Amino acid sequence: MNIVVCIKQVPDTAEVRINPETNTLIREGVPSIINPYDLHALEAALQIRERSGGKVTVITMGPPQAEGALREAIAMGADEVRLISDRAFAGADTWATSYALYKAIDTIGYDIILCGKQAIDGDTAQVGPEVAEFLTIPHISYVRKIDEVSDGRIKVQRLTDEGYDVVESPLPVLLTVVKEINTPRLPSLKGKMAAKKAVITTMDLAAIGAEEENVGLKGSPTQVKNIFAPPAKTDRKMLQGSVEEQIDALINELRGLKCV
Amino acid sequence: MRIVVKTERCTGCKECIESCPFTAIEIKGGKAFINEYCQFCKTCLSVCPEGAIVEVLEGGDMQKADLSAYKGVWIFAEQREGKVAPVAYELLGAGRKLAEELKTELCAVLLGADDHEAQELIRWGADKVYHAKDTSFDTFNDEPYAQLLVRLIATHKPEIVLAGATPIGRSFIPRVAARLRTGLTADCTALEIDKDSGNLLQIRPAFGGNIMATILCPNYRPQIATVRPRVMKRGEYNTDKKGEIIPVAADNLTCRTKVLETIKETSECMVNLQDAEVIVAGGRGMGEKGFAMLHELAELLGGAVGASRAAVDEGWIPYSHQVGQTGRTVCPKVYIACGISGAVQHLVGMQSSDVIIAINKNPEAPIFSVATYGIVGDANEVVPLLIRKLKEIKGK
Ligand SMILES: Cc1cc2nc3c(=O)[nH]c(=O)nc-3n(C[C@H](O)[C@H](O)[C@H](O)COP(=O)(O)OP(=O)(O)OC[C@H]3O[C@@H](n4cnc5c(N)ncnc54)[C@H](O)[C@@H]3O)c2cc1C
Ligand SMILES: Nc1ncnc2c1ncn2[C@@H]1O[C@H](COP(=O)(O)O)[C@@H](O)[C@H]1O
Repeated sequence: MNIVVCIKQVPDTAEVRINPETNTLIREGVPSIINPYDLHALEAALQIRERSGGKVTVITMGPPQAEGALREAIAMGADEVRLISDRAFAGADTWATSYALYKAIDTIGYDIILCGKQAIDGDTAQVGPEVAEFLTIPHISYVRKIDEVSDGRIKVQRLTDEGYDVVESPLPVLLTVVKEINTPRLPSLKGKMAAKKAVITTMDLAAIGAEEENVGLKGSPTQVKNIFAPPAKTDRKMLQGSVEEQIDALINELRGLKCV
Repeated sequence: MRIVVKTERCTGCKECIESCPFTAIEIKGGKAFINEYCQFCKTCLSVCPEGAIVEVLEGGDMQKADLSAYKGVWIFAEQREGKVAPVAYELLGAGRKLAEELKTELCAVLLGADDHEAQELIRWGADKVYHAKDTSFDTFNDEPYAQLLVRLIATHKPEIVLAGATPIGRSFIPRVAARLRTGLTADCTALEIDKDSGNLLQIRPAFGGNIMATILCPNYRPQIATVRPRVMKRGEYNTDKKGEIIPVAADNLTCRTKVLETIKETSECMVNLQDAEVIVAGGRGMGEKGFAMLHELAELLGGAVGASRAAVDEGWIPYSHQVGQTGRTVCPKVYIACGISGAVQHLVGMQSSDVIIAINKNPEAPIFSVATYGIVGDANEVVPLLIRKLKEIKGK
């Protein structure tokens, strides 16, 4: 069983702010972390390996520093890692990212591909399903539990607005996972040693066999025109008076909003 | 991506025709020809003894002339169990404005559901409804949804396609964008037309709502966006509005996933969080008994009950009600947070609500920093009083 996990290194978003004067991201001092959802994807992969055997390969597309994320993955127990990195990949939107990941995964071999539900920097949740489409394999989004993997099939629970669906698919399949699926393990001492020693294989444009016009900024259909700070809530109001007076004031406001 | 036959290599041996699971290959002029039923399964690639069938990407920017071949605004009308989801009507409201600015038509795509639902889409503003009235669509599966929408878009070439940023829309629309080699902007909260270029300006939050971004897709068509539910306003409902319903065949679709069971977990309250206009949410400060009051308050306001993780962990309410980073992201008109401290992980799930009301006994609680109205007080006093007063008003 070949299991591939896609992870992304992201800035810790709770700390990201925008500089109101220049309208650019303030990234200084913001720590890089593995996208939290992707840790759950990796944990799910390790658990499948423990139950059914197989090999877990973790890949990330990013700048050379993203190597740190891969070492963390090794520390958690990944068998192999690949850094998909090339100057040509810079500035990729979800289409170009998915395309490059697809090309890379195609060179690795796969039965199950695991992604996080979304990356917390862009919050797009698009890369997983797009990779599946490029590979022409089925995908299941928002997986909260893997019930069974056997005989070339997988049975999972998919989160919905109202509850969940039990969904079955043949392998190969791509899953995107939500956080309830598991609690990611901490790196073991042995894992940390292995991570330190590991030689990280980098794959560039030629190695994944992609064309320049389909990756990076060049391959990206979407462009970011500008970024700006969200409109501040200016109408903030602490209600005054006795509890009863405050409630009357609140009901008045609810009336104004046509909720009463 | 497309599968094409290199005619100079094709010998017309017909091996590929037999291999194709979708009857998508025929012989034209002695050579294999791949028709619109192709599902890109690539079986034929390995079958062809001459290597004459290849996969090509329709890469590169489109020419201005290609771009202008795309006309019309489309919305994907999601249905669940045969009923069109409210977000579809909101998309029609937003789509109508865009269509007027571009002086073009507004169409809806409906997979599943019946004629009545298709008519409703017209009354809510659609000029045309492409309707695949096939019961297989009543259960959502990514592959057939994506394939049919791709087929329709490739045939009719709309310039804009909008879908709801719901679990369904956000799951299968990326496949559509990947296949069509075009851009997709997730979870937009505002849409405008750029006056000079006519391009769609797609505005969305990123970085957990800390930042807003305007996204463009200038050189590819269609421009596709998923739109956050309950952000756009519905248009006018007009029972006299005339429109055309165009039947769509649902043949030759692949579907490898199978939904074995659908389980509903939203307990007591009937309205689900995603669709609710009012959410009454409780945290650790409410206590178990407090939650009974919240249900009562929610009912009075016609809303749903949400919760912080602490309350879910206590077992006072099922997980499906949890709001926040590891729960649902909601943006109702009114969010009433009772006994919730306002940890960032909770805030990212609700801070884009229109109006936030916080009730907390600690005046320093961070929830007040995002609140429109704040009441400092004991929720176990405030909430019952609020319920009593609302009942008095209703009684009159
Ligand atoms: C990775 C991660 C993910 C998380 N995801 C989520 C998530 O998705 N959603 C989420 O909600 N949390 C999430 N959390 C947890 C989050 O950090 C907080 O612990 C949680 O939101 C706290 O819930 P609370 O506000 O109900 O409880 P508390 O923080 O304990 O706050 C209780 C509040 O009630 C007030 N209070 C007490 N008694 C009364 C009273 N009688 N009347 C009025 N006010 C009263 C107190 O002043 C206090 O402000 C996550 C945490 C982590 C680490
Ligand atoms: N650059 C990347 N490298 C590897 N995996 C990625 C990358 N970007 C996104 N992913 C995967 O796709 C998921 C969804 O990302 P997104 O569509 O950006 O929200 C993430 O949780 C990752 O599993």
